[in-house]
Amino acid sequence: MSRFEALTGDNAFAMAMRQVNPDVVAAYPITPQTETVEFFAEYVADGLVDTEFICVESEHSAMSACVGASAAGARVMTATSANGLALMWEIVYIAASLRCPIVMSVVNRALSGPINIHCDHSDVMGMRDSGWIILFSENGQEAYDNAFQAVRIGEHPDVLLPVAVCQDGFITSHAMERVEVYDDADVKAFIGTYRPQWSLLDLEHPKTYGPLDFYDYYYEHKRQQVEAMEHAQRVILEVAEEFNRKFHRNYGLFEPYRLEDAEVAVVVANSTAGTAKVVVDALRAEGLKVGLLKPRVFRPFPARELADALGHLKAVAVMDRSISFGAMDNAGPLFLELAAALALHGVQVPIADYVFGLGGRDIRPGEIERVYREALQMAETGQVARRVTYLSVRE
Amino acid sequence: MAQLKGWKEIPIGGMILEAGSAMEYRTGGWRAFRPVFGEAACIHCMQCWLFCPDSSILVNGENEKMAGFNLDYCKGCGICASVCPVNAKVIREAGEALKRDDPRLCIRMVEEGKFKE
Repeated sequence: MSRFEALTGDNAFAMAMRQVNPDVVAAYPITPQTETVEFFAEYVADGLVDTEFICVESEHSAMSACVGASAAGARVMTATSANGLALMWEIVYIAASLRCPIVMSVVNRALSGPINIHCDHSDVMGMRDSGWIILFSENGQEAYDNAFQAVRIGEHPDVLLPVAVCQDGFITSHAMERVEVYDDADVKAFIGTYRPQWSLLDLEHPKTYGPLDFYDYYYEHKRQQVEAMEHAQRVILEVAEEFNRKFHRNYGLFEPYRLEDAEVAVVVANSTAGTAKVVVDALRAEGLKVGLLKPRVFRPFPARELADALGHLKAVAVMDRSISFGAMDNAGPLFLELAAALALHGVQVPIADYVFGLGGRDIRPGEIERVYREALQMAETGQVARRVTYLSVRE
Repeated sequence: MAQLKGWKEIPIGGMILEAGSAMEYRTGGWRAFRPVFGEAACIHCMQCWLFCPDSSILVNGENEKMAGFNLDYCKGCGICASVCPVNAKVIREAGEALKRDDPRLCIRMVEEGKFKE
């Protein structure tokens, strides 16, 4: 039987780690992910897991230990945020390139500087080309649910890629919410036993991980990573379907909210999508045809599916919690990629970007309502008044 | 060069699934300097065998004596010549700076282009 508990997002992910009972966890504490590592260390100390918990001296070492353990055939999990993720950088790419299905909680926090510990998405957006699968979570429940699915997705023989599960720093990670915690046995049955195909500890079949790879074969190995990403989308949907059958929560590539008959929509990921739903309901009560699309899978980017889901709209407003400095119009990465996806799939719709919430700046329903009202204006006029708005920044 | 394989035909992630496959990669082609064995001076201390990073010191299986170099894999790094105690003795006793291909040395390093049998 499942039960409901009051958990912070960090605690929810730690709870998922306890139930996954990974062979190895190597992690270094960094705000706002710290609680996850602290809770998990408690589970280790209390003997609730069999995990080899490696206390490392930095995130570079954390991810290095994860790669080594994964190559040895272990089921591996870790967690980080912002500057910790940045310090892992070199090994983040190597984890994907060596095809290590590591699952990592990324508790989104602004990447310095000046130094800041609060939420935005500049940390994870930097890893978007690293070869990791990236999942967003609106709340603790979704982070918890994504953790189990991430294990299954990453370990699938057609995928074998690491998976990052994002949640918003402090807003989700430190806010206590109701989370349905599933029965340990049900989780165990869902995630199954990891049977690595190429374990370094399989002494009957000696092998080499990570040899020098030059102009003659490196490119072929990158092409294989593309193939794995292409398989990942199918596997993500298969795993979501199985998860839904077992735990009765429906996940897809993204969540449409009152989108079907909408004329304008906001596209926003993670916790702000929850706030936006409240705004959608309020504006719907006024008779305005507004909806929401909440991306869940950012890598692989479901371009065609997003174009199909947004194709009927008269205007789209993207909300980005980070900036791609120097990119087209200094917009955010979600906007840039979505705008390209819509254009390439023949969706001609006025689209604008709203950067918001950098460094943990609060985003309130009133501000999201302004985005909807401007989107409604775009729909009416067919014109984009401003391509990029830096929402609520003081002039 | 052997026919290169396509991305569908090779293990993922650059993994090498056969043990000992370094044998197939003849690194001798990298060599700029060739070690030449002065057998008469050799005391068969096996320091070169111990230090060679490419396991390229040949040993006679019957009398367990140093027998030369496996030039298929020797990269010409010269570690054998630098750890050789006979070389050290020869240099000290000569009382002058010796070239690395001096014929008095036990292991001398000869420029590949200048090597003659």
